[in-house]
Amino acid sequence: MAADMINWSLLALEPPGWGGVLLAGLMNSIKIALGGYSLGLVLGTGGAFGKLYGGPVTRDLMEVYTTVVRAVPELVLILLLYYAGTDLLNRVSAALGYGSVDISGLAAGIFVIGVVQGAYSTEVLRGAILAVPAGQMEAARAFGMSPLMIMRRVTLPAMLPHALPGLSNLWLICTKDTALLAVVGFSELTLVTRQAAGTTKAYMLFFCAAGVLYLLLTLVSGLIIRVIEARARRGWAAR
Amino acid sequence: MTERAEAIAVRDLCKRFGALEVLKGISLTAREGEVIAIIGGSGSGKSTFLRCINLLEVPSSGSVAIRGEQIALRADRHGGLVPSDRRQVQRLRARLGMVFQSFNLWQHMTIIQNVIEAPVHVLGVPKAEAIERGEALLRRVGLFDKRDVYPAFLSGGQQQRAAIARALAIQPHAMLFDEPTSALDPELVGEVLGVIGDLAKEQRTMILVTHEMKFARDVASHIVFLAHGVIEEQGPPEQIFGDPKSELLRKFISSSH
Repeated sequence: MAADMINWSLLALEPPGWGGVLLAGLMNSIKIALGGYSLGLVLGTGGAFGKLYGGPVTRDLMEVYTTVVRAVPELVLILLLYYAGTDLLNRVSAALGYGSVDISGLAAGIFVIGVVQGAYSTEVLRGAILAVPAGQMEAARAFGMSPLMIMRRVTLPAMLPHALPGLSNLWLICTKDTALLAVVGFSELTLVTRQAAGTTKAYMLFFCAAGVLYLLLTLVSGLIIRVIEARARRGWAAR
Repeated sequence: MTERAEAIAVRDLCKRFGALEVLKGISLTAREGEVIAIIGGSGSGKSTFLRCINLLEVPSSGSVAIRGEQIALRADRHGGLVPSDRRQVQRLRARLGMVFQSFNLWQHMTIIQNVIEAPVHVLGVPKAEAIERGEALLRRVGLFDKRDVYPAFLSGGQQQRAAIARALAIQPHAMLFDEPTSALDPELVGEVLGVIGDLAKEQRTMILVTHEMKFARDVASHIVFLAHGVIEEQGPPEQIFGDPKSELLRKFISSSH
């Protein structure tokens, strides 16, 4: 019987079940996704404003950043940034006389995902800022606001509704990009799933379980995104 | 009788966009309480002139002074001018209430938030006080019941009245109106002109760029006719409309009826 073919007790939270390990992996994935996405947003905001309002040098630098990061496969970037980045950091620290440093997988993961996300969100945010009517910023200037205040009080909130569809997409991509960190040995959901499946030989069970967890993450994200979007668009007439 | 103080004084203002010379040396003084209407055909440079007063456009040459304080300008690399003190420009702008042709209310803020934005964040007025004053202004332009509504849900006329309340909220030294009724449906023009007309009666200093000839004649104390980037003729309304001297002005008046 089919029920006998699936040993559900393997999913128990306590050992010898692997459920707890899987959930811990999911938490790690979420941590990396949140951290990387936030870092990406900061880089993207800086990148977008740099590209739109920066001098020629800033603009060229941003262009190089977005072009290179978006041109190279993410897996390659992750391997490159992780190993080369760790190596570089160790050399620098050795040169300064601190000896080798141990970089936490979490920090490295957040950094790598953040750099990748930053390049994509630069373009999403740049497009969104361009979609804000110039009169919005002009009115702010006419009332004596400083450039920084205009950005904070007018440009950023006004561009948000234009940016959210693109940013939501990036978030979902980000949650799944965390799986790429399995190649550098970080214990996120995909890596622990492989370990669980390899140990127990219950491949079908564990990969389906992981699939369900990723699906749940996406569904919950969708709900939150909908709330944020409704709030950002509150000043928009129905159309 | 002593002359009233100069609220806005513009001297020999020129503005070029590349090879195109839009303003070719304009001097104009608005004294306290004066209502100056600037009329002229499209492309005559009247909006550009207004935007040079609060430096939304930086003049190519010439000077602008607000209440006797000259805006400091210096030459840039390309032979034009740039403000040498950005803070001075921001400070002076914060007391010039500008009303735009396309309203430019901030779409992500409610009407009352629009009205208190500059007082609270630029002028540092306590929020409770700003709200109290803002509500009084909204009542005055007939929009108190719309205070918590977002601009997109209002008609053009209502948006423009809200924009006027926003400009009044900073307790401006002078008000600048850039074709305030040009983007409105004809049936909504009246409500906005009514509000502006009331302000004119209060002896507020105002510079008004407009296409509404009858309105200009009724509310302005001084009319300036701009043509091809120069002041072709200026004077009190009865003289401009009753006894125009220049051929261009005569043509312009007869064509705008």
